[in-house]
Amino acid sequence: MPIRSANGRINERMTVVDSLFLFFSVALVLSAVMVIVSPHAVVSALYLTLVFIFTAGLYILLQAFFLAVLQILVYAGAIMVLFLFVIMLLDRRAPCRWWSRNLPALVGGPMVGLTFGVAVWATLKRTTWPEVAPETLFRGDLAQVMTPVFTRFLLPVEITGLLLLAATIGVVVLTRKEGQP
Amino acid sequence: MMIGLNHYLAVSAILFGLGLTCILVRRDILLILMGLEMNLNAANLALVAFSRFGHGATGQVMTFFVMAIAAAEAAIGLAIVVALFRKGNSTRVNEFTTLRG
Amino acid sequence: MPTIEHITWIVLFSPLVAALGILLFTRRTPTVSAAVSIGAALVSFAASVKLFFAVAGGMSVVMAPQVWLSVGTFTVEWGAVVDRLSVLMLLVVTGVGSAIQIYSVGYMKGDSGISRYFAYMSLFTFSMLGVVLSPNFIQMFMFWELVGVSSYLLIGFWFERPAAAAAGQKAFIVNRIGDVGLILGILTIWVCAGTFDFAELAAKWKGLGLTPLVLAVAAGFVFCGAAGKSAQVPLHVWLPDAMEGPTPVSALIHAATMVAAGVYMLCRVSWLITASPMVMMGIAWIGGVTALMAALIALTQADIKRVLAYSTLSQLGYMMMAVGLGGSTEAMFHLTTHAFFKALLFLSAGSVIMALHHEQDIWKMGGLRKRMPLTFGAFLIGTLALGGIWPLSGFYSKDEILLLALEQNTALLVVGLVTAFLTALYMGRLLWVVFFGEARDRRLAGHVGESPWVMTLPLVFLAVLSVVGGWYAEVPRFLSPEYHAVAHSDKVMAGFLAVPVIGFLLAWMVYGKAPADDAVMRKGLGPCYRLMESKFYFDECYGWVIENVQGGAALVCETFDRWIIRGAGVGGLTGTARMLGWAVRTVQSGNLRFTLFVTGAGVVALLFWLLAG
Repeated sequence: MPIRSANGRINERMTVVDSLFLFFSVALVLSAVMVIVSPHAVVSALYLTLVFIFTAGLYILLQAFFLAVLQILVYAGAIMVLFLFVIMLLDRRAPCRWWSRNLPALVGGPMVGLTFGVAVWATLKRTTWPEVAPETLFRGDLAQVMTPVFTRFLLPVEITGLLLLAATIGVVVLTRKEGQP
Repeated sequence: MMIGLNHYLAVSAILFGLGLTCILVRRDILLILMGLEMNLNAANLALVAFSRFGHGATGQVMTFFVMAIAAAEAAIGLAIVVALFRKGNSTRVNEFTTLRG
Repeated sequence: MPTIEHITWIVLFSPLVAALGILLFTRRTPTVSAAVSIGAALVSFAASVKLFFAVAGGMSVVMAPQVWLSVGTFTVEWGAVVDRLSVLMLLVVTGVGSAIQIYSVGYMKGDSGISRYFAYMSLFTFSMLGVVLSPNFIQMFMFWELVGVSSYLLIGFWFERPAAAAAGQKAFIVNRIGDVGLILGILTIWVCAGTFDFAELAAKWKGLGLTPLVLAVAAGFVFCGAAGKSAQVPLHVWLPDAMEGPTPVSALIHAATMVAAGVYMLCRVSWLITASPMVMMGIAWIGGVTALMAALIALTQADIKRVLAYSTLSQLGYMMMAVGLGGSTEAMFHLTTHAFFKALLFLSAGSVIMALHHEQDIWKMGGLRKRMPLTFGAFLIGTLALGGIWPLSGFYSKDEILLLALEQNTALLVVGLVTAFLTALYMGRLLWVVFFGEARDRRLAGHVGESPWVMTLPLVFLAVLSVVGGWYAEVPRFLSPEYHAVAHSDKVMAGFLAVPVIGFLLAWMVYGKAPADDAVMRKGLGPCYRLMESKFYFDECYGWVIENVQGGAALVCETFDRWIIRGAGVGGLTGTARMLGWAVRTVQSGNLRFTLFVTGAGVVALLFWLLAG
């Protein structure tokens, strides 16, 4: 946000928010790259956790506090724990040399990803979003976010509940060994 | 420099691209699932950014649901990985070709 | 008092009723079947006689045709024409037919299919009468085909014998070939004149102003049908083979009636034939050639029925020659007398065959004159009539034709005279070899006796007709009241008589001493004998043509079918489907990474497309 200095001129200087954004985004990107690049699955998982944490940071910068907390709890707390459990369960020690004998993917993968990024960036450059007055910037409090959830979006909530139930049962069924009830 | 919607969307796009790359480059199915999570996060980020910059609560509500579903999906995906591993003793995607048509 | 119409339908339909009745009800009782069939034939004969007197009394009946079906301008009518021409033919068909059916009772005794035989006989009679009574082309064609079917059934009567079955097929197929021409001719006429009715066409055909080519085409095609039925060259090959049928069948169908249908038809549509002098010349020459060639072949055959078959061919050639020379009256006259004496000859031959337990080789016969005097007498009368000896009927009818030729075409006259000489020669040969001398095969001749009266009575009947038929010179005058015989001098007639007499003399010289085989003739004629004995290799030629030409065409079609239709067409379609399937299937490689890559690339592409738009 521009800071009004004493002489009344709007000073376009990096605010704390801006620099935090920069820090979080760069860290995010670097962590994501490390996820891709690491030879060990565990290391990749830990870097992914970092990705989630920095994303949560970005959420806070976006004033979506509830969601930031949820992000940490669910993603970093539950999902990544689950990932690590499974990785440990499978227990493969040898580092995976993912770059060997993999040339087609090494070429094609980044190409697709890069193309996607470039396309979106180019489009964004051309788009002018409508002006948003500072007052209408949304603050994501708990009440602000959850009230619509339990009023307008109640049906999706119930369905999501059922979905989670199905997922739970599915997991149990899928991981049964032969002869187990 | 005002950090506007565009910046957040750019970050989201980059994260999505990286997630896509991770899916396509790695051979290990766990890594592919991780890439998938990155993609979902990128989408969430975009949603929250839009919600902040003028679209009200809807974006964040959607993010809420996406998180729930992503959790369910990660659970099932990992269950399948476990079952596959038991079958073929490997998590290398190349080796699972039974769906060859 | 039944009207003329009713009587006409009685004539036509009693044999049909008999045939259906036998097929439905009396198959197990052969005597009843025979009685039904013969009864129907006699009823038809009586009705024909009634019609004859009506027509002779000046009435000429053409029943107004009723429309049977009509599609746009194409109308098929049903009716009957009872005039001098048809009534004469009716008498011949029903009279000779009745006699032959009575004879059949004796000949076919003990056969297992008697009921079927009489049913077919009645069916044939019905078909033939239908041809005679038809007033338009379509109706006649229907009955024409029915006649063909009946003859197939009767020729192949003993169908367990492969030769008989094959002969039936051959007859039908060769007839069909002629009938293709007939259909084309009928259609040509319809396209030109718009009607099928004979009376209408007779009135307007010449006035239509058609080019000579069209007239020739129409007449020529119609003649094809007649050539098939009446066994003219080159469609004559079925007639000798048709001798596989029972002898009464040969008598009825191949002597008296069916083969005469062609001649009858040409006389019926004389307006068509006379409109094209080119076609008439063609008909006359085909008739002449047939007559001569058949006589040559008859000279060398060893089977008694084949000799008579070729003799029929020869006489039919005479009739066609007469038609071609414009003498339909003369042709019909000869047709009538020929029916009498040829049927007589066939039935006598049948008696001989039956007496010798179905032996037909003349070189195994001999000396039957003493053992079968009545049959011998009948055969003698038939031979003399066929040879054209005065005062038998054949003399009158054949010489009328020769007089026509004398008047118009000397070359054909020569052909006719040579054929007459040969006729006498081969018939004399037959007579002396079969009936004179000693029996050549003692075993066979052991217990030969005269035939039962049921067979000899018809012989007598036909013999009488053969003798007096010509005296009733009213016959030609009956047909066309303005008829007057071609002017002739007695010297010419004497000359005509001399020819067969010389022929018989020569036959007596060669065969009178009852030789054991045909050695004299063979030596005398040298290589010609082989040629004539092999029927001038017509069957072999046809066989070669069919095998090679048709086989070649079939091969072309098969190659086309295999490579182009099945290979490129069907194979192409299935191959394309298979290739497309394979192409699409490669996407399902089971390789997850490839799938993901395609999905990702697809998303990017979609993105580009959406953003670009």
